[in-house]
This record gives sequence, C-alpha cells and structure tokens, in this order.
Amino acid sequence: MSEVERAVGNRVPLGPPTRGAVAVRLDDVTVGYGARLALSHVTLEVPAGSLLAVIGPNGAGKSTLIKVMAGLLKPWSGRIETLGGPSGANARRIAYVPQAELVDWHFPVSVGDVVTMGRYPLIGIGRRPGARDRELVTRALVTVGMERLADRQIGALSGGQRRRVFLARALAAEPDLYLLDEPVTGVDATTQEDLMDVLEAETRTGKTVIATTHDLLCAAQRFHDVAFVNQRLVSTGPAGSVFDQRLLAETYGGHVLILQGELGTTVALDDAHHHDDAAGNERHYHEEGR
Amino acid sequence: MSDLVALLTDPLASGFMQRGLLAGVIVALVCGVMGSFVVLKGLAFIGDAVSHAAFPGLVIAYLLGVPLYLGGSVAAVATALAIAWVSRRGGLRFDTAVGVLFAGMFALGVLLFTTIEGYAGDLLGYLVGNVLFITAEDLVQLAVLAMIVLAIVLLLRKELLYATFDPGGAQASGLPVARLEYLLLGLLGVTIVVSIQAVGIILVVAMLVTPAATAQLLVVRFSRLLSLAAALAVASSVIGLYLSFYLDVASGAAIVLVETVAFGLAMALGPRTGLIHRVRQSRVVPDAESRSGSGIVGARVP
Repeated sequence: MSEVERAVGNRVPLGPPTRGAVAVRLDDVTVGYGARLALSHVTLEVPAGSLLAVIGPNGAGKSTLIKVMAGLLKPWSGRIETLGGPSGANARRIAYVPQAELVDWHFPVSVGDVVTMGRYPLIGIGRRPGARDRELVTRALVTVGMERLADRQIGALSGGQRRRVFLARALAAEPDLYLLDEPVTGVDATTQEDLMDVLEAETRTGKTVIATTHDLLCAAQRFHDVAFVNQRLVSTGPAGSVFDQRLLAETYGGHVLILQGELGTTVALDDAHHHDDAAGNERHYHEEGR
Repeated sequence: MSDLVALLTDPLASGFMQRGLLAGVIVALVCGVMGSFVVLKGLAFIGDAVSHAAFPGLVIAYLLGVPLYLGGSVAAVATALAIAWVSRRGGLRFDTAVGVLFAGMFALGVLLFTTIEGYAGDLLGYLVGNVLFITAEDLVQLAVLAMIVLAIVLLLRKELLYATFDPGGAQASGLPVARLEYLLLGLLGVTIVVSIQAVGIILVVAMLVTPAATAQLLVVRFSRLLSLAAALAVASSVIGLYLSFYLDVASGAAIVLVETVAFGLAMALGPRTGLIHRVRQSRVVPDAESRSGSGIVGARVP
C-alpha cells in the first residue's frame, strides 16, 4: 500500500455541511495585521472529529488562520463560529498552542506548572487547583510521557519535550477543539509519532484537531485532511491530496521541490523555516547556542 | 551581645524610624510582588516612565491643595493605561511612544513646579524620596493602597501568571487577557505612587526591578520568585534604613544600593550565572539539556 493509499484509507472526509456537527465555520473571513493583509475571503467548514493539517509556504497565513479561529485576531470582515457559537463564546472548550518561538523558555515555571495552566481558565478566580485538576494534569503528563520531568524548569527541556509539554497543557484542559501552531516542528521522529498518535486518539472521541505544519509528509501520512493556504484558501481535501502536483504548485509557487520516487510516490519538500505571520506586537524568543 | 541588640533597637526609639521602617517594609512587599511581574513581562522601562509621569500629578495636587497621593495616583495610573493602550494599538515603536510620553509628562511637572511661588521643597523631596519623613497620615494611606494592590494580585495570581507566560494560550481558552493587562498596569501605577515616598521618583524603578531580578537569578519557580523577591526587598529596606540612620545618608539611595549589592552577589555567586554555576559545570559533564536551562536574565533576542 502506498503512502497515498494509506493516507486516504483512514480519513474522515471534509463532509458536506449538513453532516454532523461543525467544529469551526469560517464565512468569507478576511484578516491581517495592522494594514497588512494576511488572508482574504476564507470560507471553510471543519466538521467535528476532523484531523486537519494546514499547509502552505512561509508567510502564507497558516498561523493567522489558527489565530483567527482561536479568537486571537479579529477578522476585518466575515464571520467565525467555533463549536457552534460566535468567536469567544466557547473559549473554555478550546485549547491553543502557540509556536515554540513565541514562548519565553526562561520563564520561571516547571513542566507541571505549564500543564496546570491548562486548567486555570476552568478553575475560576481565587481558587486553587483541586483533586480533579491535579488528576487531569497527571494524566496529561503520562499521555505525553513527561510525568518524570514534571518538576523540571521548561528551559531545561529539549525541543521535542517542549512540544510534549504544550500538548499536555492542551490535553489537561479537556477541550473539544485543538488549535495547534506547528505542534510537531523541530521534534525528532519518535516525538512526532507519539504526538500524532495522541492527537489521532483525541479525534476518535469526536474532538477536533487543526494544526499547521511544514512537514508535508507528516501532513499526508498522519492527518486526515489538509487545507492548502497561501494568502487565501487554495483548496481543501483528503490528506492524500498533499501529493497533488497542481495544488502544490498553486500553493507553493516555486518554493517546493517535487521528487518522483521509484514506486510513483511523490515527495514534496518545503523550506522548513517559520517566521511567517509574525504580528508586530509578538516577542520571539530564540535560544542562544541551540 | 547587648551592644548588638542596642545597635538594632536604639534607632527604634524615634518615631521617624518606626514609621519609616513600617513604610519601608510595606513598600518593599508590594514592590517585590509587582516587580516579579515587571521583570517577567519586561516592563522595567514602563515602570520608569510611569514614575516620572507621576510628578506633574503631584505638582498639580499641590497647587490645588488636594492630597498629593491622589494627584500622583491619577497621573501614574492614567499614564500606565495610556501606555497599555498605545502598546495594543501599535503603529509606532512601543519604546519610542513610551519615551515621548514620559519625558513630556515629566517636563510638564517641572514646568508647573517652577510656577509655584514660595517654597515647595517637600515636592522636590519626591524626586529622591525620604521615607523617614513620612507622616502618620501618609503611612495609613500607603498601607491601605498597598494592601489593596497585594490583595488583587494574590487573588488573580494564577490568571496573571498564565496571561503573562502565554497571552495567546490564555486568551484563546477564555481568560480576559487584555483586561488583565490593563489591570496589571493600573496596579503598577498605584504601586509606583506608593513607593515614591520611600525612594523617590528617580529610584522607584530599582525598587521594582532589582529584588525581582535578583530572585530570578536564584529560583526557577514562579511562586518562589514572588516570595523571594518580596523577602529580598523587605530585607534591603530594613538594612538600608539602618545604614541611613547610622551613616546619615539618604534613605532611598541606601535601600536601592543594598538591593543592588544583593543583585551583584547573586550574579557573581548564584546557581544560574555565578560561581556556584561554574563549579557545578566544571564537575559535571553537562549534557545539552541541562546547559540550555542556565539562561541569564534578559537574554532574549527579539
């Protein structure tokens, strides 16, 4: 079975609007930073239970798409619904994970502290985490394999461990919608497999996962659907359509290298750096000597 | 032994020293706690700006004959909120906007000050501060304001922590991050006005930043950062005031210098940057993971 067949074989298709619950609905959404346009006229429906990869070149607006879904950016025009309500109404059922570079890794918090933050919006003002919160935090740490490092300061973690911690924070919140910006960028193969296993398991219980990625092979093999983005929504389709040369060319322009393998498998490589969509007021944190 | 005790108790015989110590401890507590957020959010420059912007408020209050605290608080909080608003709007480089705003406000203060006829030396006192001359009435106001700030911060500390660490993640899952930021800057304004009496407009920023920066060199947990910063600030205040009493030097400067010495010691000896760190490094062959944890304060490349 080729990569393509395997990817297509177990997919949940982006169905017609009437079928089942819709996790995210974007209706003609246009958004940007300051005066700079980032995404125009995006109309998209993501059914509950989807495992959707957002792909596109640098500066295509992938992070912007995630942020506008998360309610972090107000659209210039158009309408957004998340989990059946207007933007913000169901925020406590949403978990957003920023790109690793937007996190200050010197911040004096431990792995356990960060994961517990996932519970904070649900605990309420003036209250401490209770037994159930602690249990969910422990369970999330175990799920991502970080329980032994709970007391470690986050700066002392490897790139893969850092991504594991932030996924655990999202899991601890028990959200219905995961919005993840580059959850498997800069991690080793084992971590990528582990994290994608966790996300896939979440979608099997009806939760929705939407994630940006630079890794086209990962998008094809481990996600169920893909959205091609380049300043607009170029196309959506089953994960196997990552290998559609026409869509790739339309999305990436000249920035993609397409290799024809012996068995007819197409491998596409994107230049994997990610400084796209940086909003003016964001601080980026770079590790010195890393 | 009894000499040593006398050395500590003798100054307490004076009402000045009693009130000064009490005020110094209260200011240190609130500055240590608020300073932790200032350091983590990178608000040191804003702290400096807000303290200078309080000056015209003090002068206007003096001219109008209303309580100085009131004038200073209004000016400081208004400036802090204006800065928060500018930073959310963008357009101009943030530090540029802050620089323009606070220099202008301070100039206004100086200009108004020169219109005052007769002697207004106690206003000038606010530039360098003198906690030993605090009146009982001022002490009560200071205590009440400080308790309000501390109560709000402690009540909201987990929300403020999340919003400071990861504003995007916090906002996406329903925390009112923008309102928390305005609140934090408003509280910073009040903290600064409270502290001006102790160390003066020019040195307030040290009161906020130095103990928290020292604590950041010594601990890696937020909860310990808050308590250690507060403890360091309180200890520095007390030591600084005794030094001021015995050496007959300016109290604000003495407090700030004690804090600065503590920072220098932590930097030179501390487990993350100093001697202890180097000894550990030379004994253990560090792996890549533990080495990356030994970050230094402020080593953030934008």
